[in-house]
Amino acid sequence: MTPRRLIVSAAAVVAVGLLACVPLVFGGYGLSLAINLMSYTVLATAWALFSGPTRYVSLATVAFFGIGAYTVAVFGEVFAWPVVLVIALAIGVVLALIVGLSTLRLSGVYFVIFTFGLAELVRQLVTWYEVNVTRTLGRYVFIDVTTAQIYWQLLALAVLVFIAGILIRRSRLGLALRVIGDDETVARHVGIDTTRAKVTLFALSAAFITVTGAVMAPRWTYIDPAIAFNATVSFQVLIMALLGGAHRLYGPVLGVVPLALLFEVLTANFPNHFSILVGAAFMLVVYAVPRGVAGLIEEGRGSLRGPRRGLST
Amino acid sequence: MSSALLAVSGLSRRFGGLLAVDDVGLTVEAGQIVGLLGPNGSGKTTVLNLISGALAPDSGSVMLDGTPITGLAPHRIARRGVARTFQIVRVLRSMTCHENVLAGTAFGALGSWGPAARRSADDLLARLGLAGRAATPASALTYIDQKRLELARALALAPRLLLLDEWLAGLNPTELTTGIELVRSLRDEGLSILMVEHVMDAIRSLCDRCTVMNVGRVIADGPPDVVLADPEVVRAYLGSDDA
Repeated sequence: MTPRRLIVSAAAVVAVGLLACVPLVFGGYGLSLAINLMSYTVLATAWALFSGPTRYVSLATVAFFGIGAYTVAVFGEVFAWPVVLVIALAIGVVLALIVGLSTLRLSGVYFVIFTFGLAELVRQLVTWYEVNVTRTLGRYVFIDVTTAQIYWQLLALAVLVFIAGILIRRSRLGLALRVIGDDETVARHVGIDTTRAKVTLFALSAAFITVTGAVMAPRWTYIDPAIAFNATVSFQVLIMALLGGAHRLYGPVLGVVPLALLFEVLTANFPNHFSILVGAAFMLVVYAVPRGVAGLIEEGRGSLRGPRRGLST
Repeated sequence: MSSALLAVSGLSRRFGGLLAVDDVGLTVEAGQIVGLLGPNGSGKTTVLNLISGALAPDSGSVMLDGTPITGLAPHRIARRGVARTFQIVRVLRSMTCHENVLAGTAFGALGSWGPAARRSADDLLARLGLAGRAATPASALTYIDQKRLELARALALAPRLLLLDEWLAGLNPTELTTGIELVRSLRDEGLSILMVEHVMDAIRSLCDRCTVMNVGRVIADGPPDVVLADPEVVRAYLGSDDA
């Protein structure tokens, strides 16, 4: 086990090193594509951190993402960049705690609908505020940050989200979430404070998503609520995580790479039919690979090695 | 206050127009096995749910070792030492047997984690006759083994009071003998048990006392032989209405 873990860790370090070199090699479109991939990697992995084990499907991704972006639009020129990120993080976590405490008692489809509604609610609130208080619907984001710096920040977030995922998986909290995902009644009866476990993870996941929104904001230069809170983002993140396999930490990445590239092609060639094609992709993923690519890999391995092994840590 | 480990009094719970549990009182002394009997639909499982916190009572009180636990959240009650199994077996299907038991070890009264917790989970599996199944997914077990696993998980909480909801139902004669021995050995170790049960052999050989319910009310309470001979109990089970 230990030599294997050593190899995996070494491979991870090398991979991060190579990925860090991307802006030195690629520029323009290549780097822009890399940013897109890296941003969705963080979003989908962070989404799966909560929704994977608990099986609570959240469509609130863009609510947090958009709040991150808006934090930059509002405070970006007032405070230093790290301070702006901390503010975004704090707002995201506070909102996640409020939402979590009030909604995580809902289960199944009610939770899905609520999170979808939440993103819309936040968008409407921001629109109302901008129209009635600031009297301007759009904002400009002028931040002195290079494209390479955005990429590196996203890479750092990706590393952090993976480390968080590994630590959670090995912790008691990770076990609690899996028990909740299997049977919430049993979870409560073995002494798990299910609300606390769910809210903690929801907030952590939201924190990553919010900060990603903040980091991505300077890419737009102009934002308004329709751009920042575009519900398509929530669905895209969801499909990517499902295609890859939300029950494994490495799963979402496997969905991000093909789908981000596919969406890139679709937006370029079929801008008017994008939503329809995304919807078709969604159905295809759900029907064809219900357990995701990670699930296929496990089945492949399982048939080679025989029965599944126990705890790997 | 009485010295009983579990003292339930005046417990009531209504579902819409149905008074499922009506002014129920019962006690379990430390180290005793108490049977909770009654025809189907008499409210036995609801009483277990009210004790374990799965449901909150409309009125009445549940005292554990002199402290009220009435209406607490189930995880708090579990941590105070009340573990249970379910009438329709509930194992964590996507997880291994080992992980199922670990779930009890990790969050129960002991809340232990790490190598010691993993060892004690393996010990419990062995005790329930599931040694060697640690890495097996719970969904791959037979019904009987799932029941064993569920009990192992309940015991992993290191409870003071164990609530068994027809844990012995559906066992074949050999398994029943083993099951009865196991429950008795738990009592001999000092565990107090409240068991909903229909298997008469098990009731006669295990229970120190029995409480019998019918349509939400307690109709008899006492030693098994006395209670099972009570005319009203006989009528509840075999009465002309049921013929």
